Amino acid sequence: MHELSIAMAVVEQVDDALRERGAERVPVRSLTLRVGELSGVVPEALDFSFGVAAEGTVLADARLLIETVEGRARCGSCGRDTATGMPPDLWCGPCSRAMNLTGGRELEIARVVLDDVRPDDAGERHGDDDAPGVTGAQADAAADAPARDKEASHVPHR
Amino acid sequence: MCRTVDLHQAVLAKNDTNAVELRRTLDDRGTTAVNLMSSPGSGKTALLEALLSRAAAGGTPAAAVTADLATENDATRLARSGAPVRQILTDGLCHLEAGMLRGELEGWLPEETRLLFVENVGNLVCPASYDLGETVRIALASVTEGEDKPVKYPAAFGLAHLVVITKTDLAEAVEFRREDFLRGVQQVNPGVPVIETSARTGEGVDALLAHVLRAADGRETHTPVLARQHEKHLHHHHDDDPVADHTHAPAGAADHSHAPAGVPDHSHAPAGVPDHSHAPAGTPR
Repeated sequence: MHELSIAMAVVEQVDDALRERGAERVPVRSLTLRVGELSGVVPEALDFSFGVAAEGTVLADARLLIETVEGRARCGSCGRDTATGMPPDLWCGPCSRAMNLTGGRELEIARVVLDDVRPDDAGERHGDDDAPGVTGAQADAAADAPARDKEASHVPHR
Repeated sequence: MCRTVDLHQAVLAKNDTNAVELRRTLDDRGTTAVNLMSSPGSGKTALLEALLSRAAAGGTPAAAVTADLATENDATRLARSGAPVRQILTDGLCHLEAGMLRGELEGWLPEETRLLFVENVGNLVCPASYDLGETVRIALASVTEGEDKPVKYPAAFGLAHLVVITKTDLAEAVEFRREDFLRGVQQVNPGVPVIETSARTGEGVDALLAHVLRAADGRETHTPVLARQHEKHLHHHHDDDPVADHTHAPAGAADHSHAPAGVPDHSHAPAGVPDHSHAPAGTPR
């Protein structure tokens, strides 16, 4: 159940990042993680753990959005670009050589959407201007995004 | 009104930073860390006993750290070899993290240590996600566990620099299908070396020690396909994101520094396989 450790790392990092931006008291509305199919992390377990780890923090009421990233590999010889599947098949049979992984190992905090804030709450500009990494459009998109890609396949966890 | 803050931080950035610093510290003092990963009961401790004895006999200063949820049984067993041994009790945690290992080694690891074996918690799932600052990561499976372990636990076996089969003295009794096991290994970790061992008969122990020592000399070259993408992921930077710079692992994260950056060419292509000219130019990712 290393997802609890991972959830705690997520909470700690988001907390630090917001602190650096002077926004440590601003409630987080949603948090988006990118989880690769081959990262060894089970989204369901992470979802459960996050609820525990976020208790009593600015993330307590945050909606956790998990974007799963498909495992993909490309053969450097024949150029075949394919989903690796799960378990991954990283061997190009026809070419008899190892493929190159192009996606699927991600384990990343992509973004957070902060709740309504007054301009003096933080040293950060708001969704309606062009500050780097801050866009109102993304905020809306994130809020509407499905909580999880149900198609994701998972590593058996025991 | 709400606002979005793009972070793009690796979730395990703190662990990776600890791992990178530990690897550098160990490198500077000439110590190579070997991370052993397997399910409970696969024979890690017995193999480690044999390895420590052989290392001592061959004049190689070796030490071991062993992690368990409870009991110091393994440390007691390993200490019989005469090697310096420490037990980490994880108090229920299912894996080791780099910071835990760093803390344990501080002020303890003898200066002359050439090889540091780290026996991870018996578990093929959770430990796979954590770089401990090792140079060699070994995934073990015993013949009694079934041939499909590598494909059932692709992260553990896919990220290994070396795969070790244990308890080969029992292979016949349990009708271990060696070829099936090797096929699974090849699927998730093409080109990874496999060494077959028995702690009871001593088979493969010398070969394993020799392999580890070659890696310690910087001569190990296998880089798992899965690790290559992870490295790229850890290294990428978002120039427009001031926060990311503070939290991304520094350059060199997850860089098992004795492995070349390039893709090893497992050029087993039989005669008649067309050359690379069939690769479409600029294949999209």
